[in-house]
Amino acid sequence: MLAFIIRRMAQSVVVLLTVALIAFALFRFVGDPTQQMVSQDTSVEERMQIRKDLGLDDPVPLQFLRFIGNAARFEFGVSYQNKQPVSKLIAERFPATMELALASAFIALFAGIPMGVYTGLYPNGVLSKLFQMVSLIGVSLPTFLIGILLIFVFSVSLGWLPSFGRQGVVKLGSWSTSFLTLEGWRSIILPAITLSLFQMTLIMRLVRSEMLEVMRTEYIRFARARGLKPHSIHFRHALKNTLIPVITITGLQLGALIAFSIITETVFQWPGMGLLFLQAVQTVDIPIMAAYLLLIAAMFVTINLAVDLLYSAVDPRIRITGGAA
Amino acid sequence: MTMQIAPETPLPASEPTRSLLARMIDSDLWFSFTRSWVTIIAAAVTLLLILAAVFAPVIATNNPLDLQTLNLMDGSKPPVWMPDGEWRFPFGTDQQGRCVYSSILYGMRISLIVGFLGVLLAATIGIVLGLVAGYFGGRIDAVIMRAADVQLTFPPILLALLIDGTMRAIVGGAKSEALVFWVLVVSIGLAFWVQYARTVRGSTLVERNKDYVQAARLIGLSKSTILFRHVLPNVMGPVMVIATINLALAIITEATLSFLGVGLPPTEPSLGTLISVGNQFLFSGEWWGVIFPGLTLALLVLAVNLLGDWLRDALNPKLQ
Repeated sequence: MLAFIIRRMAQSVVVLLTVALIAFALFRFVGDPTQQMVSQDTSVEERMQIRKDLGLDDPVPLQFLRFIGNAARFEFGVSYQNKQPVSKLIAERFPATMELALASAFIALFAGIPMGVYTGLYPNGVLSKLFQMVSLIGVSLPTFLIGILLIFVFSVSLGWLPSFGRQGVVKLGSWSTSFLTLEGWRSIILPAITLSLFQMTLIMRLVRSEMLEVMRTEYIRFARARGLKPHSIHFRHALKNTLIPVITITGLQLGALIAFSIITETVFQWPGMGLLFLQAVQTVDIPIMAAYLLLIAAMFVTINLAVDLLYSAVDPRIRITGGAA
Repeated sequence: MTMQIAPETPLPASEPTRSLLARMIDSDLWFSFTRSWVTIIAAAVTLLLILAAVFAPVIATNNPLDLQTLNLMDGSKPPVWMPDGEWRFPFGTDQQGRCVYSSILYGMRISLIVGFLGVLLAATIGIVLGLVAGYFGGRIDAVIMRAADVQLTFPPILLALLIDGTMRAIVGGAKSEALVFWVLVVSIGLAFWVQYARTVRGSTLVERNKDYVQAARLIGLSKSTILFRHVLPNVMGPVMVIATINLALAIITEATLSFLGVGLPPTEPSLGTLISVGNQFLFSGEWWGVIFPGLTLALLVLAVNLLGDWLRDALNPKLQ
């Protein structure tokens, strides 16, 4: 077990170091970091002094080590465009993205599971066929198109909900939330639905196939033979056993939600980290790009590591295959 | 290697040489195709859209890429069935008088080309790495497959976005349009290779111990000949299925990147770029600039997806 944990963690560290190397290479070799700090009148000597102060004359491996040291303390320098520390910019945007992701995960779970249960229990029902159609469309329509269509229907045509931005924000210390006001709820509904649709489809399909499988097992037949109520069989016996993979997938998908929020945030001009990153890509604002790259990598690596370790604790067979590879 | 025997590989004992068409109609695949009307419709729609893209210059009512033919007086016209609509512009025009219908045809061309090239690159990278990993094994296998494992933990569309962003930073933004095109193709290729590599490696592990590979090794064929002429044809089946499903994903990825403004520029618009441009005028009530390219994209992706699903089920021995 210990060997597995160590090997798995070592792998995570290698991934993070690789991403850090890419981020560092971007930072160091694309464009000139000093260009933003000097004016036309800056003399060559002064420029050299700045380079020396920044440590750009040091050997590259030393610079890389310093970059990692700074990254560990979450210091990525100053944004080229906004002239503000990158860590401050990201910290400001972080709550918006997290709240959006949480709201989406909620919608995905609480719409996806009932739909999955229903289609699993009555695979040939009319409603099941409808749900299946919806799920196919959910997979086929790109996220941004779903967002545009929602805006078109609910904002432009019906005028029910705001089409962009994050309104009704309340400050709670360093965290800003839009969950406390009606305006905030109104503005998060459309982006959250957009972001959740894909995960909802995924959860629905997963629950459906698990339900189909579980309903065929002996213990369900036995429960029926005992004369239990169908409701009790479906939810107390069957659904419970389908939930373990669902919880895992939902956990894993939290990372995907944060990643996909880049698209949703752009469509709805939601002021989160994804929008910040996208603007950075368009303006080649490398400090922000590097920071976001590392942040996302760290998030994914942590989530995957946690899931793997939890799994190996639950199912010892995984450790054996891990050892053979 | 002076004594190497020139290997004249005998043709595999094939069925009697009947015409390709006759063999196709006899096959199980064709049978399962004719049993599913959803698949037939999906195939028809896919074919129709591809033909429309190929013959765009013939069936388009205007050339949207030719700036000289644009007339600002034609700007913001609605589709033909609404008041003010004209037959010259069946789906209306954008602000600058560009015909939406013609733009869609030309845009679909670019979307399909980027999609096909992206899938081709992904498949090539994946097949080569998968063959090498499966055939040689050992350390090289471990390195390739660990890299694949790591990459698999990130969603491909995010990877494509990150690679695209990184490469744009390196080549210096959207300076050259031709370069942007290839940046997109490479981003998609690098984001989607893993699935191919894993599948091909798995099949190669099975194939490498079969008699015909041993025989080829015995008569002294070079490793690359064995890999690409002998093993490769026998591992291609599953690759075709993945490629079909991936084509839909590649088209979505390209459209998404273009929509986000880090893909193709408005001067060389794909479906995603068209939607992105049209989206700016959605609030002034010009819904046709978004809805029609969007529907086309959705239709294309849905049809290709359905084809891929069918192909996967039809070739899956477990379901037969």
